Parts: sequence; structure tokens; C-alpha cells
Amino acid sequence: MLNYIKLLLLGVVAVFALIAANYARDVAYMVHALIIFLVASGLFLWTLRNTDEPVPARILETSYMDDVIRAGVIATAFWGVVGFAAGTFIAAQLAFPVLNFDWAQGYMNFGRLRPLHTSAVIFAFGGNALICTSFYVVQRTSAARLWGGNLAWWVFWGYQLVIVLAATGYLLGATQSKEYAEPEWLTDWLLTVVWVAYFAVFVGTLVKRREPHIYVANWFYLAFIITVALLHIFNNLSIPVSIWGSKSVQVFSGVQDAMTQWWYGHNAVGFFLTAGFLGMMYYFVPKQAERPVFSYKLSIVHFWALIFIYIWAGPHHLHYTALPDWASTLGMVFSIILWMPSWGGMINGLMTLSGAWDKLRTDPIMRMLVISIGFYGMSTFEGPMMSIRAVNSLSHYTDWTIGHVHSGALGWNGMITFGALYFLTPKLWNRERLYSLGLVSWHFWLATIGIVLYAASMWVTGIMEGLMWREVDANGFLVWSFADTVSAKFPMYVVRALGGGLYIAGAIIMCYNLWMTVTRAPAVEAKSPTANATPAE
Amino acid sequence: MSDPKKNDDSDYETTGHSWDGIKEYNKPLPRWWVTVFYITIIWGIGYSIAYPAWPGIRTATAGVMGWSTRANVAAEIEAQEAALAPINDRLASVELSQIATDPDLNGFAQNAGGAVFRTWCAQCHGSGAAGAKGYPNLLDDDWLWGGTMEDIHTTITHGIRNTDDPDARYSEMPAFGRDGLLEREQIGQVVNYVLDLAGEAPQDPSQVSAGATVFADNCAACHGEDGTGDRMQGAPNLTDAIWLYGGDYASLHETVTNARFGVMPNWNTRLSEAEIRAVASYVHGLGGGEMSE
Repeated sequence: MLNYIKLLLLGVVAVFALIAANYARDVAYMVHALIIFLVASGLFLWTLRNTDEPVPARILETSYMDDVIRAGVIATAFWGVVGFAAGTFIAAQLAFPVLNFDWAQGYMNFGRLRPLHTSAVIFAFGGNALICTSFYVVQRTSAARLWGGNLAWWVFWGYQLVIVLAATGYLLGATQSKEYAEPEWLTDWLLTVVWVAYFAVFVGTLVKRREPHIYVANWFYLAFIITVALLHIFNNLSIPVSIWGSKSVQVFSGVQDAMTQWWYGHNAVGFFLTAGFLGMMYYFVPKQAERPVFSYKLSIVHFWALIFIYIWAGPHHLHYTALPDWASTLGMVFSIILWMPSWGGMINGLMTLSGAWDKLRTDPIMRMLVISIGFYGMSTFEGPMMSIRAVNSLSHYTDWTIGHVHSGALGWNGMITFGALYFLTPKLWNRERLYSLGLVSWHFWLATIGIVLYAASMWVTGIMEGLMWREVDANGFLVWSFADTVSAKFPMYVVRALGGGLYIAGAIIMCYNLWMTVTRAPAVEAKSPTANATPAE
Repeated sequence: MSDPKKNDDSDYETTGHSWDGIKEYNKPLPRWWVTVFYITIIWGIGYSIAYPAWPGIRTATAGVMGWSTRANVAAEIEAQEAALAPINDRLASVELSQIATDPDLNGFAQNAGGAVFRTWCAQCHGSGAAGAKGYPNLLDDDWLWGGTMEDIHTTITHGIRNTDDPDARYSEMPAFGRDGLLEREQIGQVVNYVLDLAGEAPQDPSQVSAGATVFADNCAACHGEDGTGDRMQGAPNLTDAIWLYGGDYASLHETVTNARFGVMPNWNTRLSEAEIRAVASYVHGLGGGEMSE
């Protein structure tokens, strides 16, 4: 019966998508309609072929649902490489504008590729990492299978579809021009549906948990899921110009729109890239270190402090703009009070290693997790500092901001995700160990040197251009033209692109290592008696 | 941590729970962490009393320091303008020709004009004023509309071929090819002639003489019989090696076929008279400035 409802639904979607493609007012919308048509009609055929077929034996409801996590690990690694490649390429475009090829104008120039890069790394790489690790962690720490059956698969594939629609939209010019919230209304609506399903799967699993308490990692994941839903909905309140076109008009305008955008933008960092990834940290660090978490009390206090304070910090993105002074002050005050709550996570992560520091010498995965916490601590100190108005008047609009974001994104989010992937792959594919720890070390050093080159070069250019922009002579006249500051940055732009190159080289080594782990590393010996049947040495 | 008697992890209990093998110590909050957290909160309260911070229904607290970004920037601008007012007034009122002869005024004008140029002009003419395709080089002595202080001042004030200022300099080259004024063959001939005129190698020397006839009939009215141009109409000199849109066969062919229509904004609505005079002095002093008759 369920299949008939599915067929009906998929049929309607497929037909409607074709109609939409026919009436499309712009190319991006037409391509999106065709993609949705292809997906819906493909699923229709697949469902049709499986209708009234004998159902294969049900998987034991007592076992964990790991297929979707395996898919998530692959997607994370894949989108990671795509996002890093896009980033390295646009870094090179900034250093060498000739790479904005004439033949690709309107598709592959910096302006089109930049949101592709940011969305690919934050939402495709980071988002897949969060979804798959949260599914893994919530099952293990709740001792329960994912709730909702195949709903978890809908979350996974629905999310990939959102990524594809967003990415094709950027290249074809469908954007609402809100940083980190560029996708237009159609993609936004789909993401909303996917996210509600994600919330349902996660909470459903927590509800049927067989542990008396909810583990701290799950608090962070849950805060991330709920807040991102809230942020996504309010920042994307817009009215489509036509249901046959991708363009929409924002409900808020002027400074209200700007404030909503940066409330969103800052909390995308706070809840997507901080709270969500702290959830990862709270599981993978104690697991890999095989040590208890440093302090339960600290985890409670810093969790609630972080959640309550982060949400107010957004106005620091709008110092010295049309935003009223009072809002700017509050944004700055909350950003500075946020310093210690952020560091609570760092302390709990690092101090969990007390008694196991020797593992840093022997375990490159541990090294990765620890350096990610180190970068987390650095950028959560740098952030409050940059929110101070006097500092911000120098740093704002400069590359310093880019450097800050990347020391957080490459250092904290990237490294902890790599650590989680190295942890998960042998477990999920039932391997004894990783294919090569030596390659993990290579990855570690390439990525670390890459980040250092990236962050250091952006600090230099950022502070340099900030100083050049504000330099005036004795009569109060500007000393430099904007173009002067751009050409002065050239060498550092090359260094930055080089750093990106090292970082992606490390990621490719990781993909190779994970692939070889799945295909070549020795399988875990089964605990059943058949294991004894292996030939004696 | 907080309790000096407890130095070792084994002195602490865990909370008693275990999730997938993960336990949590029941350790107290690090004292330095709590202290710094409280300090930031206390500082935050103080700062938000000192500065505008807390919103009410219709307005927000102004802060006891009386600080305001808008008031600050207005005061800074006012102070700057007051300091420069005497010399700006003098710059705006003297005869244009006197600016260069007054060392004080000239020094100030060069300095201020450079800043105006870097802010408003560099986007098109380049930060070094060397121009680009379609945007004249201001370093040389090849002027389309004249290179005296008066000429440059007029050009900056009213602009060229814009629709915003009725006094903008205006001229329009016909699109000889697009509008069917010349046959394709004739265009080829005249382009060869112009190449020859400029001292470059024509693509097809046999067409040069035919091109001379086409030139005399169609181009000479503006560019002059000898092709040296006419500054009254902004008609470029075609006998030198300086080209605004390129001097190769294909570029010239494109120019004759579709014409060019370079636009420059009028700056009288955005810059003060003193600023316009300053940047005119700056451009005049870049190397190609001409003396008034």
C-alpha cells in the first residue's frame, strides 16, 4: 500500500517538474526542474519494479543502521575534495585573474565559483560529516537503531539533492545574494523538508534510547539541528516572483535584512560549525583517547552558556554600518562573553587527553583531533577579539576575516572531520585497522602546513590592506587607491593558493587511504566459530 | 584542579554513566575558566552601561559616555573640512592659470588631486593613470579634448557623452558599416589607408590609394584632411601610434564598422569645485599638460 502512495507522489512530482521545466522563466530553474524530474521519475521506476516483489528478510531491528552512515562517509570525502578543489581554484583566480577564462564567463568566474566553494565545504562536506557522524553517535550512545526506517535514507539523498540544486544554481546564476544562504526558494523549501526529517530521525532515536541519560555529544547535535532549522527558515523568508522562476524577493529589507542575514550567518558558524562539530568532538576524542571526558560539569555549563550567548553575537558582522550603535555594542559584548563558553569545549577536549598524551606520539589520528581542538581554541579567541569595534575597524572587509574563517574551517572543522573519517572507516567496513598510519601522518603534516600558509598569508594581507585603506596624509587625503592594495597583496595570494594546494593534497591522500582500507586492510576476524576454520600458520 | 589535594585523575569519580564505553569525570570547573568568564560578564555589564546598548520600546540607552558612531564621524569630517576650508576656498576661486604658479596652492592641489584621482578616477584610468583599452592614457601629451588646465577642468566638470549633464562634451562617430554608410570593401580600403597614415604596415598596400578617397569623402570632416584630428570634436589624431581602442587591422575595422562611444561621467555633482580643480591640476601635472594659449 505504501508503495502505491509513493508511486502516486513520485508521479505527481515528475509530471509537475516537467511542466515547470516547460514554463521555466530562467535556465537555472529549468535545469533544476529537469534534475527533479529525472530523480522523481527514476525513483518512480525503481519503486514500480520493486512493488509486489518478495520483500527480502528484514534486517534485525536490534542492529545499528550503518548503511546510511557508510554512504555519508563516502559523500563527506567526495564533497570535501570537490569543495577544496573549488577553493584552491578560486584562490588561484584571485592571484591570477587570467584563470577567469573568457570562454567560461558567466559560469566559472570567481563570482559564480565562490559560493560554490563555500557551500561545498560548509554544507556539503561539513553537513554530510555532521549528518553521518550524528547518526553514528546517536545510535552508539543511545544503544538504539535509527528511528524511522528508511527516513534516514531520505535525509541522506534529499540532502545530496539539495547540494546538487544549490551548486547548479550558483553556476547558472540563481542566487539570493545572502552569504552562506545563496540558494533560491525552491532549494530552500526542499532543504526545509529534509531538515525536518533529519530532526525527526535524530529525536526519534533519542526517544527510544536504552541509556538512562542523553550523552553530551547529542545535546550539541540537537542544538545544531534545531537552531539551523530556525536560522534557515527566518533568513530565507522570501516570496517567489513566479512559481516558474528561481527569483524571489526578500521579506525583510534594508538593515533588517542585513541583521537577519548576519544573525543567520554568524549562527551558521556558531551552530553548524561549532555546536555540531563539538558534538563530534565529544564522541571521537574520548573514544580515540580511550579516556573519560575531563569534566561533566564543564560540559553542562559551557553547553548552555554557548547556546544562550552565541545567538546574540551576529551584529558584530555589521559594525560601523547602517546598524544602530546599540545593536552593534550588544553584538560585541556577547561575542566577548562567548570567549570562555567556547573555550570550555577546548578544555574538555584537550584535558580528556590527560593521562594519554603519549598517544600524540604514536597515534596520528589523535594528533589530528588534538590539533583541530587547538585551532578551535585559536579561532574562538580570534573571533571575540575581531568583534571588538576598534579591532574590527581595521579587520573588517579585509583578508584577515578570510584567514580567521579558514583557520577555523580548515583547522577545526576539517581536521576533526578527517579524524572522524579515519576513526569510522575501519569500524563501518569491519576492518581491523586503517590501511596506513604513515599516510595519515602525511595527511596531517600537509594539512597543517597548508593551514599555516593560508592563515599566515591572510593575516599579513589583511592587516596590510586594512592599514593601507585607512592611511591618510597630513591633509587627511587617502594615500592609496584600492587597486594599489590589490596589487600589493599578490605575493600573499600566491602563498594562500599554495596552502590550499597542500591541504587538498592531504585530502586526496586521505581518500586513497580510506579506499585502500575498505578494499585491502585485513577484515576483523569474525567471532563465530568459523573463524577457526582459517588455515593454521 | 580546584582541590590541591586531588592531583591525580584516580582521585576523581566518574559520573557513573557510560555511553558506548565513554565515561565522564565529575571534576569541578577549572577555577581560571570560571574567573575569566565572570570577568567578561562584569566587563560586559560595564561596557553596555558606558556605550549605547539596551533597546527599549522606541529607543535604546545612549550610554553614559555619550558615544555615537554617527556623531563621531560627523565631527571628524567637520574638523577636517574646517582645517582645509581656507585653502579650499582659495583653490576654488583663483584663476585656473594661477594655481600652478602659487607653490602652496599647487602643492596642495597636487596632493588633494592625487587622492581624488585614486578614489574616483583610478577605476577606469588606472591607479597610475596609464589608461586601458577605451580609457585614455593621461600620462602622455595626446589629448582628445585638449590638454590645457581649462580643457581638463571642463572635461572633468561636465564629462563626455553622458546624459546627465547638458554641457557634457559631445560628438558621435557614425557607425559606417552597421548603418550602411560604407560598403564592406570601402571599409577595408579606408582601414588600410589609416594604417598607412599612422606609419604602420597596411594589410593590403594596394588598397591604400582607394582608401585615401574614402577617407577624404567620409572621415576628413572630423579627423582633418591630414588625419591629425580635431580637439573641438574629440576626434583622435590618426597619424600617431596612440590608439584608444587598438590600432591593428581588426580593431580599426571594428571601429569604422560599429563606431565607438566612450562615456565619462560629469563630476560636478559629486565633487566640489576645489576637488575638481585639484584633480585637474594633478592630471595636468602628470606629464602631458599643455600651457594655455
